Amino acid sequence: MSGFDTTTHLIYLACATCFVLGLHFMNAPATARRGNQLSAAGMAGAVLTTVVVLAERHVITAFAVVALVAGTVVGTVVGVVTARRVQMTAMPQLVSLFNAVGGGAAALIALTDAFEHRASLATLPTETTVTTVLDLIIGGVTFSGSLIASGKLAGIVPGRPIIVRGGRLIDLLLLLGTVVLGGLFLTGHAGMLALSGILLFALVFGVLMTLPIGGADMPIVISLLNAFTGTAVAMAGFVLESTPLIIAGALVGAAGAILTKLMADAMNRSVGAIIAGGYGTGDEAVAIPVGGATSVREITVDDAAIQLAYASKVVIVPGYGLAAAQAQHEVVALAQALSDSGVDVSYGIHPVAGRMPGHMNVLLAEANAPYTELKDLDEINPEFSRTDVVLVVGANDVTNPAARRPGNAVSGMPILDVDKAKSVIVIKRSLGHGYAGIDNELYAEPQTAMLFADAKAGLGKLLEGLRAYAA
Amino acid sequence: MSALLMADITVFVLSLLVGFEVISKVPATLHTPLMSGANAIHGVVLVGVMLLAAVTTTAAGYVLVFVAAAFAAMNVAGGYLVTDRMLAMFRTRARRAS
Repeated sequence: MSGFDTTTHLIYLACATCFVLGLHFMNAPATARRGNQLSAAGMAGAVLTTVVVLAERHVITAFAVVALVAGTVVGTVVGVVTARRVQMTAMPQLVSLFNAVGGGAAALIALTDAFEHRASLATLPTETTVTTVLDLIIGGVTFSGSLIASGKLAGIVPGRPIIVRGGRLIDLLLLLGTVVLGGLFLTGHAGMLALSGILLFALVFGVLMTLPIGGADMPIVISLLNAFTGTAVAMAGFVLESTPLIIAGALVGAAGAILTKLMADAMNRSVGAIIAGGYGTGDEAVAIPVGGATSVREITVDDAAIQLAYASKVVIVPGYGLAAAQAQHEVVALAQALSDSGVDVSYGIHPVAGRMPGHMNVLLAEANAPYTELKDLDEINPEFSRTDVVLVVGANDVTNPAARRPGNAVSGMPILDVDKAKSVIVIKRSLGHGYAGIDNELYAEPQTAMLFADAKAGLGKLLEGLRAYAA
Repeated sequence: MSALLMADITVFVLSLLVGFEVISKVPATLHTPLMSGANAIHGVVLVGVMLLAAVTTTAAGYVLVFVAAAFAAMNVAGGYLVTDRMLAMFRTRARRAS
């Protein structure tokens, strides 16, 4: 190994170290931003080192340089503009979109690399051909799957589960076709045509896999697709024999796998069942007219405001309904007003409260809620018995005590123990169902009072009531 | 199996384990920035596109390199920027909105 090669390898190693340390610093909000910047610095180092390597080798053609530079400029501009403009509520679809293009780039690497070696495909070592096929499959599924997921989150594709008739049979045929084409390619009986077929099948499979999955299961799908992209990038690293790609891809694969597991556990559902799809109704809860169902107690805005003002400890439980109504600023203003008058306020956040893992925390942080007040399931549950008032806004299934009993749609799902508090106020438009499609037994409990209102308007009025009372 | 491949597989498996170890300590509050930041890290695929460009000599290859570079650059630049934007919002005390 020449001195130049040694140096570049060491620099790549340093960059990979930056990625690992960057992720490590993400374990606390106080250091997370520096962690991300360290990771970005590592990335800049890896890219610049590669520029030097290409310049040193003198093999790259002028056309390739133009294509590379033009592509990089276009991609950077699009990425920067969208990243600057995106609303925090739209974060899940943007992350999904970035995930799609990452997976797409990995798949294109395998395709292009094979195309440039098309005359000598049969003589390529087995490890290159195997990883080329794997890269095409995983990258292709990720690309189309993430695009559909992003479209569902953005509302371009309907959020409800879309069942394709005969989807299972098509999946089976795609699998069979991929195995046949992969076999032909790996044994040297077919070339570019087989690879293009594999990529096409993977793209179709990605679409069919994501369409039947309902809106409420999106946190899991996004996490899983993130893990896929990481793996695809690692495969591209094997094809190109590039260590930074292998390391970074494996890190991301691990991150996606952990988040997938956490999300599935938080919903008490297996990843397999979620991928099978068809669960829930998507974004629209079924509306049941007010007063039509069980004996629920209604509360007026003024009474609710007085109850909050007299409390010494209040926990706010926000759900996706809050984000959908764009009411995060109102809820934080209310919390601020309460805490100004000496009330101990915190937020109890369920892991799946949002459209991607941790989404609710970002929305509340955007609205200036201090992160020290954001508590997760394990932190907040022991506190409910000492809580005077719980304010539930836009959350439903994650507060349903029925989850503690076997035999219903939410059985076994970890819930926020809201019903253990002295009193509960639920802001809700109607007595509609959540994604699980069952009654929330919390609403019929004696300590629960319902404030029927849109989240944004209801919180606004509550704040007014609180101020009028304090004045 | 070549020694190089064995080394690559070793690196892959150990990196997976390091990833599991480091990421399982990240609190739920930061899961969205974590995912977005991890997303940006797989933008390292841009390095792969650059290495690929060095062996590309056909018109079709140039087109594919262009598209792949655009995808990868969007992934890297957008991913890091949006993660930074999110993390800048996490603070201990509420800013006084006056």
